Amino acid sequence: MRGYLGRKAAAIAALMATTSMAQAAEVEVLHWWTAGGEAAALNVLKEKLEGQGIGWVDMPVAGGGGEAAMTTLRARVTAGDPPTAVQMLGFDIQDWAAEGALGNLDAIASEEGWDAVVPAALQRFSKYDGHWIAAPVNVHSTNWVWANKAVLDELGIAQPTTWDEFIAAMETVKESGKTPLAHGGQAWQEATILDGVVLSVGGVDFYNKAFVELDPEALGSDRMKEVFDRMATLRGFVDDNFSGRDWNLASAMVINGEAAFQIMGDWAKGEFLNAGKVPGEDFLCFRVPGSDGAVSFNSDQFAMFGVSSDEAKDAQSTMAGDIMSPEFQIAFNTVKGSVPARTDVAKDDFDACGQKGMDDLAAANESGKLVGSIGHGHANRAAVKNAIYDVVTAHFNGEYDSATAVEELVNAVESAM
Amino acid sequence: MAHLAKADFRTRLQEWLPKLVLSPSIAAMLVFVYGFILYTLYLSFTDSRMLPSYDWVGVENYVKLWGLRAWWTAVINLGIFAGLYITICTAIGLTLAILLDQKIRGEGTLRPIYLYPMALSFIVTGTAWKWIMDPGIGIEHTMHLWGWESFQFNWIKDREMAIYTVVIAAVWQTSGFVMSMFLAGLRGIDNEILKAAQIDGASNWSLYRRIVIPLLRPAFLSAFVILAHLAVKSYDLIIALTGGGPGRATELPATFMYSYTFTRNSMGIGAASAVIMLMTIAAIMTPYLYAELKEKK
Amino acid sequence: MAVADQDTAVRTGLVTRVFIYGILLVFAAFYLLPLFVMLTNSLKPLPEITGGNMMALPDTWTFEPWRQAWSSAQIGVEPTGLKPYFMNSILMVVPAVAISTMIGALNGYVLTKWSFRGDKIIFGLLLFSCFIPFQIVLIPMASVLGKLGMAGSIPGLVLVHVVYGIGFSTLYYRNYYAVFPTELVRAAMIDGAGFFRIFWRILLPVSGPITVVCVIWQFTNIWNDFLFGASFGGQTQPMTVALNNLVQSSTGVKEYNVHFAGAILAALPTLLVYIVAGRYFVRGLMAGSVKG
Repeated sequence: MRGYLGRKAAAIAALMATTSMAQAAEVEVLHWWTAGGEAAALNVLKEKLEGQGIGWVDMPVAGGGGEAAMTTLRARVTAGDPPTAVQMLGFDIQDWAAEGALGNLDAIASEEGWDAVVPAALQRFSKYDGHWIAAPVNVHSTNWVWANKAVLDELGIAQPTTWDEFIAAMETVKESGKTPLAHGGQAWQEATILDGVVLSVGGVDFYNKAFVELDPEALGSDRMKEVFDRMATLRGFVDDNFSGRDWNLASAMVINGEAAFQIMGDWAKGEFLNAGKVPGEDFLCFRVPGSDGAVSFNSDQFAMFGVSSDEAKDAQSTMAGDIMSPEFQIAFNTVKGSVPARTDVAKDDFDACGQKGMDDLAAANESGKLVGSIGHGHANRAAVKNAIYDVVTAHFNGEYDSATAVEELVNAVESAM
Repeated sequence: MAHLAKADFRTRLQEWLPKLVLSPSIAAMLVFVYGFILYTLYLSFTDSRMLPSYDWVGVENYVKLWGLRAWWTAVINLGIFAGLYITICTAIGLTLAILLDQKIRGEGTLRPIYLYPMALSFIVTGTAWKWIMDPGIGIEHTMHLWGWESFQFNWIKDREMAIYTVVIAAVWQTSGFVMSMFLAGLRGIDNEILKAAQIDGASNWSLYRRIVIPLLRPAFLSAFVILAHLAVKSYDLIIALTGGGPGRATELPATFMYSYTFTRNSMGIGAASAVIMLMTIAAIMTPYLYAELKEKK
Repeated sequence: MAVADQDTAVRTGLVTRVFIYGILLVFAAFYLLPLFVMLTNSLKPLPEITGGNMMALPDTWTFEPWRQAWSSAQIGVEPTGLKPYFMNSILMVVPAVAISTMIGALNGYVLTKWSFRGDKIIFGLLLFSCFIPFQIVLIPMASVLGKLGMAGSIPGLVLVHVVYGIGFSTLYYRNYYAVFPTELVRAAMIDGAGFFRIFWRILLPVSGPITVVCVIWQFTNIWNDFLFGASFGGQTQPMTVALNNLVQSSTGVKEYNVHFAGAILAALPTLLVYIVAGRYFVRGLMAGSVKG
């Protein structure tokens, strides 16, 4: 039945068998989209399911980009009472699959032909051992730059296309007295910048070798030092009050014209749109200069946990099908700022930045330049990701110089493996 | 006859009823406290990652733990934090209690003002102080708006100083509670002793130093234990106030343990750090318990 | 309990008294500052917060943030506000406080008036349980609750809070009863009163002050708990979890005024308890708990 059992699967399966299964057809959903527009967008899915006679039991737990929700999940699974579906990122899905805790979506996946429409780089996370275990909701990409067009125009800066132009542009902004780069000092935000910087330094090959394969030579190479040097350069363009600032406050700095640029994932777009700004007219979106067609992505997915009764399984697979339906993908992603997790969705409903994102994604998928985000757990497991966070954030806050940071990176990754 | 039987019954009752009443608590404690501590001890010797695993790896987790810079930072931070927090809270608490004990008009209003922070949860304390201490919107900004341009208060953004902002918020939350413990102690002191000393011509200062403060020993002890355990357990406040930052400059053992156990999928190392924390608590508590239990002969 | 007729210990002149009042008022300002900031900002429209002075009073007063936080803010997929979670918290707190206080009182009674060999060790062990960091018990607790079939329910949460509340409640009552004259208990025993009768007729009537302390302490801790609520709350999440969901939106505009209003709403019951019962608190502490 549940197939592909991992090491501890037997124990977990035994626990699950004792679980009281949902009597009426319903799904219990654990997620951290708890507030504002994204919660409202999720409501679309809820209503859709209710239209099909399936109840939605909401289990929202916010905090730390899903950290609190993952703690709750662990408690629920240990108690033998896992939710039906859980919002999850990258390697976490694979880790839970390895524990044998996830269900199987093969039936609905083959019925609806997911293999053909979901980019392979995403399937790497949505499938385990060749079986579908999760339904991807969206694709975010992290190597975006958001710029205030009025500020650039005023200072006579053209949209930079190379790293050097980018630096020169920020120098100009700095001279004008404005903040060149809006940034919030939280480890994940620094790691988000890292995604773009690594791609700009060494391209996709270096990115994969160092951060996906964790090759010690690549991690300790001079190129890596170059990466940290560029991070240090960027640090020089950030204002002094950056520590602990939320990312959306950094976005607000660009929106108000206090700052010129922000390097942030495409969720930042929502802030600009909410402030009544128009892409292309009030603000610009472009890839981190030097990315060269590469896209670093992260994808929110709903991992489907093992449920035993047939009724619950049916409800679960209906939910997975609804998530993958083009209507929901459009409705959700236009709100969230991300792009659909399938490549065959019509672009008409998306704004200029959204359409660009969809084109970039499709092109990167074709050319093999779609890479998992380091900063968002799509390049490596949690332990390694956090080890990288430690070094990057210590370096960004001036604890290490670039040479020390390279050494520490090699050590940290090694000890986390 | 009847009297004897009754006495006999009462003796038996006396023997088993109290123990029966106590037994659920003892059972719960053995399972939920000591059982779980043993379980954690066991996990610290296994290679548990995302969920508990039972593969024995010996002391490897402890070796790794003490090799981590972040753990050392957390331990050193705890030293700074606990030292300052306990000292300042005690000092403020004692001062306020003594002052408030001088027949103060409006004591009834002041006391709840000093005490209310204890009623608030970490989200409230953390977010409010995060705002106040943020240079961009808080006190620094306000002072600038009021015309004091050179005023600077950016500790929360400073790697070296951030831990002290945690001390400020923590002192704010508990010093009023400590005050009420001292106040209770002061009110419990027999006035005759004080009057006698005053008649003997003792000055105010020496009255407090030589007579009152020594009499407050139990209150000091209780305050110390409560503050020490709050310091070691401090988790919520850090998360809400600094999130462990800037960088990882305000990491404490409790946040370290949580992040390794639950977000870094290194449950073994997390368990090892928990065991060290428990040992620290035991080291603090044992002398107190010993004193506490010996006193009541 | 003679709080009112305490003599001033120190003879003070006018200057000293002004000085004393000065210090007391400075501290009052220190303690009130965060509450002031939260209150004023919860009554401002959002643009006034993001663009203005944190310390300033609102230009436009508005109760809209309060209304939103209570009944229409998005919490999870539904825009329910904090209202429905309030009841969950009440349903959890009331039994948990009542049960843990009652058990604590009985334990304190047994440990002081019915002492037996090893009672001190048992008390020591109970006391140590106050100090266990809750993070370490999450996983084993989850598995126990799962086996008991209480995971994700209010009874489960009540059980958890009672278990970890017994330590403190026993400490309070034990210290309180320790100074209560044992002779009275002996006399009652000789008169033929039983275990529960003595407790009910002799000790309980004088337990008022310490009960206030114990209830305040337990109420605050349990009401403010987030970790257990988020982990074991299931579909009956308490108010702290809902508040956290409200303030921790990952994208979208942060409505600080609504967040502050929500924070105060969530803190209201504990604040009320402190303000109303605060004066009995010192009295209760005085009546035993700090005397070691």
